Amino acid sequence: MPFLSVRNLSKSFGGVHAVQDVTFAVDQGTVYSVIGPNGAGKTTLFNLVTGIYTPTRGEIHLDGEHVGGLAPHELAGLGVARTFQNLQVCMNMSAMENVMVGAHLHLDRSMLKAMLRLPTLSARESALREEAAELMRFVGLDRYLDASADAMPYGALKRLELARALAAKPRLLFLDEPAAGLNPKETGLIDELVRRIASTGVTVVLVEHDMKLVMNLSHYILVLDYGKKIAEGTAEEVRNNPEVISAYLGAEV
Amino acid sequence: MSRSSRIGLLIVIAVLAVLPFVLPNAYYLDVAIRMCINAIVVLSLNMLIGFAGQISLGHAGFLGIGAYASAVLPTHYGWPPIAALGAGAAVSGLLALLVARPIFALRGHYLAMATLGLGIILAMIFRNETAFTGGPDGIAVPSLGLFGYELTTEKQWYWLIAAMLVASIWATLNLVDSPFGRALRALHGSEVASQAVGVNIWHYKVAVFVLSALGASVMGSVTAHYVGFVTPNIADFFHSIELVTMVVVGGMASVFGSLVGAVLLTGLPQALARFEGWETVVFGAILMLTMIFMPKGLVPTLTARLRRGD
Repeated sequence: MPFLSVRNLSKSFGGVHAVQDVTFAVDQGTVYSVIGPNGAGKTTLFNLVTGIYTPTRGEIHLDGEHVGGLAPHELAGLGVARTFQNLQVCMNMSAMENVMVGAHLHLDRSMLKAMLRLPTLSARESALREEAAELMRFVGLDRYLDASADAMPYGALKRLELARALAAKPRLLFLDEPAAGLNPKETGLIDELVRRIASTGVTVVLVEHDMKLVMNLSHYILVLDYGKKIAEGTAEEVRNNPEVISAYLGAEV
Repeated sequence: MSRSSRIGLLIVIAVLAVLPFVLPNAYYLDVAIRMCINAIVVLSLNMLIGFAGQISLGHAGFLGIGAYASAVLPTHYGWPPIAALGAGAAVSGLLALLVARPIFALRGHYLAMATLGLGIILAMIFRNETAFTGGPDGIAVPSLGLFGYELTTEKQWYWLIAAMLVASIWATLNLVDSPFGRALRALHGSEVASQAVGVNIWHYKVAVFVLSALGASVMGSVTAHYVGFVTPNIADFFHSIELVTMVVVGGMASVFGSLVGAVLLTGLPQALARFEGWETVVFGAILMLTMIFMPKGLVPTLTARLRRGD
């Protein structure tokens, strides 16, 4: 049984069919990419599967459990984490605190215990700081351990979001254009990070425009156009698919 | 708690400890007590406004509930003051819980309007239920007895409230730097990102709203006992605005900013007492100037400047 299975998923905004009847399945521990021209419905698809939008029709199963229509925080409880295409970093916090928030569900969130600063809680806090620092080093943010989020450059913020998502210890990680706006060196870093994350058994679903990155990384690729699935397969299969080529209108795939 | 917070707390404790010995007379002690009371209310309001990013323009309503519970229940029904304080807090907490659901479906201006409405309704009840509240003339409040002791002198009041203030600052500093506090700040920073890591934002908005309502209610009760008299002015719209101004001027999401805001804007009307009636104008001007020149508030702006100066 696939880890994530999406069946006949549709989402309409008024008369606009952003996602139409999309079906796909992702196996555990693989890197699965969703590509397509601008406005193809990739981000809408992401927002449906991560609970930000409620599907108009269709089913979503995660590890055999029906999860369609669950709220984002409920999905997070089931091991779903994500990053955002347009950065969603909490600029009112330090970089490390952003990562620490990622571990929210793994912590004692009692208000009263926090106010009284019980020793068990303080011990967990210092351990958490160490874990967060570890994750920041993992994504290459060593120099920002003491930085405030609003003092960091764009490329670093992209990786900060990744560290925050990893702090949630996800089973399924959605990355919405992780390389958008990055220079080739930074993109190479993302490439390496995604590989390392997937190698730990985390299932990664990726939306990305950088074809080189997608073709390198993905075990499987889904191609959307005008909200519909036009192709699905390995990099090789998708690359030679005539419909995909015409959707990209000669763009090199 | 960071090192600077710890130092800040120690400074506050030191100042509070020597204050009664250096203040020349009871009038100054009275002003100091009012500053401390306001500081506690502003701390709890700052949790809501500054840290969680949710506005309330009706918070004086909860002060009113606490104050009138402490006035009405002992006077009309013979309740012990501490039970009346508890009852006021319970009512405030429940009311906050009840209205939170519809209110936090709203954001921004709409949330401001809804909380404004809540405050105005409460103020109207206190003004018009003359049989219980004494209406616009107000109502006398019996003195506060605690475990057989009666608080009578200004000094005793000062120590009680100074201790409450220190405890509040300590608890707030702890809370801000905890999973709960980070969740609050995160939903302020990005609702969608905090949801994506599992923060049930609705739960946190309600929790902090109830917490700040409880804080206001308890301090309303304490104020009532301290002053010995309550009028509907305590629940007034202007009082709500005063409290929000203290949060903004001192610094949103700044614990010590709350303190500075409360001290400055409680002291100011005393200093401006000669210009009867013009305090309101000065208040408005201060709020405007802060928004224009120091939108982050006094304490965050100054600490940032100091850090850059290093």
